[in-house]
Amino acid sequence: MSAVVDTHGHGHEHGDHHGGYSGLMRWVTTTNHKDIGTMYLWFSFIMFMVGGVMALVIRAELFSPGLQIVNPDFFNQMTTMHGLIMVFGAIMPAFVGFANWLIPMQIGAPDMAFARMNNWSFWILPFAGALLIISFFTPGGAPGVGWTLYAPLTVQMGIGMDLTIFAVHLLGMSSIMGSINIVTTILNMRAPGMTLMRMPLFCWTWLITGYLLIAVMPVLAGAVTMTLTDRHFGTAFFNAAGGGDPVLYQHIFWFFGHPEVYIIALPAFGVVSQIIPAFSRKPLFGYASMVYATAGIAILSFIVWAHHMYTVGMPVTGQLFFMYATTLIAIPTGVKVFNWVATMWKGSLTFETPMLFAAGFLFLFTLGGFTGLVLSLVPIDIQLHDTYYVVAHFHYVMVAGALFAAFGGVYFWLPKWTGRMYDETLGKWHFWLTMIFFNVTFFVQHFSGLAGMPRRIPDYPLMFETWNKVSSIGAFGFGISQLLFLYVVLKCIRSGAKAPEKPWEGADSLEWTHLPTPAPYHTFETQPDLR
Amino acid sequence: MMLKKLGLGALLLTLSGLALAAEWNLQPAASKMAADIHWVHEMVMVLVLVLFVGVFGFMFWSCYAHRKSVGHKAAQFHENTTVEILWTVIPAIILVIIAVPVTKVVVAQKDTSAADLTIKVTGIQWKWAYDYLKGEGEGISFVSMLATSRAQIEGSAPKGENYLLEVDNELVVPVGKKVRVLTTAADVVHSWWVPAFGAKQDAIPGFIRDTWFRADRTGTYRSQCVELCGKDHGFMPIVVRVVPQEEYTKWVGEKKVALAKAADDETKSYTLEQLKTRGEKVYAANCVACHQASGKGTPPAFPPLDGSKVVLGPKDGQIDIVLNGRPKTAMQAFDRLNNVELAAVITFTRNNWGNRTGEAIQPAEIKARRK
Repeated sequence: MSAVVDTHGHGHEHGDHHGGYSGLMRWVTTTNHKDIGTMYLWFSFIMFMVGGVMALVIRAELFSPGLQIVNPDFFNQMTTMHGLIMVFGAIMPAFVGFANWLIPMQIGAPDMAFARMNNWSFWILPFAGALLIISFFTPGGAPGVGWTLYAPLTVQMGIGMDLTIFAVHLLGMSSIMGSINIVTTILNMRAPGMTLMRMPLFCWTWLITGYLLIAVMPVLAGAVTMTLTDRHFGTAFFNAAGGGDPVLYQHIFWFFGHPEVYIIALPAFGVVSQIIPAFSRKPLFGYASMVYATAGIAILSFIVWAHHMYTVGMPVTGQLFFMYATTLIAIPTGVKVFNWVATMWKGSLTFETPMLFAAGFLFLFTLGGFTGLVLSLVPIDIQLHDTYYVVAHFHYVMVAGALFAAFGGVYFWLPKWTGRMYDETLGKWHFWLTMIFFNVTFFVQHFSGLAGMPRRIPDYPLMFETWNKVSSIGAFGFGISQLLFLYVVLKCIRSGAKAPEKPWEGADSLEWTHLPTPAPYHTFETQPDLR
Repeated sequence: MMLKKLGLGALLLTLSGLALAAEWNLQPAASKMAADIHWVHEMVMVLVLVLFVGVFGFMFWSCYAHRKSVGHKAAQFHENTTVEILWTVIPAIILVIIAVPVTKVVVAQKDTSAADLTIKVTGIQWKWAYDYLKGEGEGISFVSMLATSRAQIEGSAPKGENYLLEVDNELVVPVGKKVRVLTTAADVVHSWWVPAFGAKQDAIPGFIRDTWFRADRTGTYRSQCVELCGKDHGFMPIVVRVVPQEEYTKWVGEKKVALAKAADDETKSYTLEQLKTRGEKVYAANCVACHQASGKGTPPAFPPLDGSKVVLGPKDGQIDIVLNGRPKTAMQAFDRLNNVELAAVITFTRNNWGNRTGEAIQPAEIKARRK
């Protein structure tokens, strides 16, 4: 928070630049993209901690076979809420936070296009988060149905399910408003000369992500609304006895769910595409092909959803179609990976913390991509569907992918945001601890999955004990390492050494080349001419 | 010093013990389908590993040789159409190479025709019901549920070898015969899986789906439900015993005799005591997971029966709920139980814990309420 207070001095000539409020009301009423970005990032970190504690409850219960700590019902509530909170509360808001902070600065705009809506789209989030938490205290507790909220199990749940549905509605509204804002800002507020094909790749990935969000969040809202009316208003969308079909829910959910994977991954690609050239001191190898690959992934993401459903019993032609379409995604994804590696090739590399996280991302995300290719093949998926192999796969993509990119981004832009440097030694410690414990936690889950351990079970047969023990130890190490991250960030804000004007030699987007460090409260009130 | 060494030795021994016990690959195949899946998996893994090592060989070489600290100056090249076309086309060719053999397996996996034996599998919270529909054994029908004791799960008794993977009634099939499995469910989505056969199929309430397997080795194969189906999702194992043909024929004979013996006389009137004794068993097999042995349930999802208005109210009301279920709750329709079982379990609940109606419900009364 003091991040912005520190920059106070820079904007005095503009007078009343905090909108006339101070203290808490400043944050409630702010329409400044930097304030809102900061709030998104802190909100996301808090949710990351809440979801993380839930993960540790899960891993503690799974340390040994038998039921020790929680009952199966509460265990299911933990897996459900861990997933929802991490996806909707932690990862998505984190990248919206980056978008708010960076997009106006990177395209030379003074602020987001809809400044008041921006405020609203953030302030919906705490209420949605609160609904999710409150559901634990309702009769029957939070829903224990998995983050995918499959019908008809959802129909059996208590009032906590309704609160969760409303929370999903609110989160969806927030995302839609946020993405309309981002798309509008990028399309209309670029500085003269900042053509689309000159934008930093981070803006490109967010432009495409914005369209994905606008397309699929209403679909999710529809799915959960149908669940709501099935529960309370006598409809039978997902009930065969009334002419409905439980599998219909899965189709609608995954029509949202698969683009959602890229909604999370694309901004991460964007962050990494800023970091790798900066620390390679070399331009991104194939800028145009990166843009096309991103668009290609986004388009393909709409025609592959049923690869999450190979075991529901679809016709053989359906299985083959979705398998072929899914394997196609490997091509544009490969293009991206090759481009990043080619950018590093023959560069002049240094490995400060942001670059460490970007390289870690590249290595582990690709590993997750390869297990994705393995899972895209119907016969193998039928063997591995709903096992821990899938759990390992998506944590490689979500944690080693999105979260590593977010950490890299925070270290990369902290000097720009706060005007202070983080502690490089501690940052590197954070990276290596995170890297090691992440793999201890999740690599072994591939083994449990191959050996046949189903996901979402609170207790397991004895043959799975070893890897579960290893995984639980890793999870606690991973969790504790994140407290170090909090410490590094707080230390940077409070007492970090003063950041030089251009802390990263190779960084070349507008926020580094055209703005002082730290970035003043108001930037680009007159747009730069880049023609 | 000595103690430290001992401690270290013990630690290493434990670790090596763990390593030996660790399961880290697909379970051994017991059908050609599973063997094919394993082959496809190994082929893809080899390809993927080669690619992975190749790509990251470049990255790590770059990390080693192109560092600023060793004085490497950055080249400024970017964009190269030839390279970019190559790294788009080569992966596409690799994908086609993978797709050809995989497609063959997919088509074979979907071919459920010409089965020797057809068995319907019904997922029920939280057990499996098996009905032999066609082929030798037709008409056999039973419910299969977890046989591991509560004490083992809660840690008050040592865990057995097949902890959570043992059932009271195993599915028995003959070796070498094509078995078509029809799946469906009574309440929510479940998923039936036997890894050794490479057969997994979701069980969807209100719909019938199918898969098949042909076991090529005798033995007992174990697995679990793999689709989250509520509280006791982790406690509904699947056990299939594959036996030689002669043994299967013998089993079918014995099972039919046993089922006929166990068949209840629905025309008879039973005493309160008879009904309560029988009802207690039916309760333990069907009701206890939700309503608990104490009859207190775990409200609000699973309401108590002890002192319940329904149980203490008019008997027809309770009979209807047990027969037809209560929509939108976990209370499913129990119409697959016979009239004697239903009469017994309803009588039991009306005359157990604090409930003292003194009423004995007769099978004829259930029969009258069936639609």
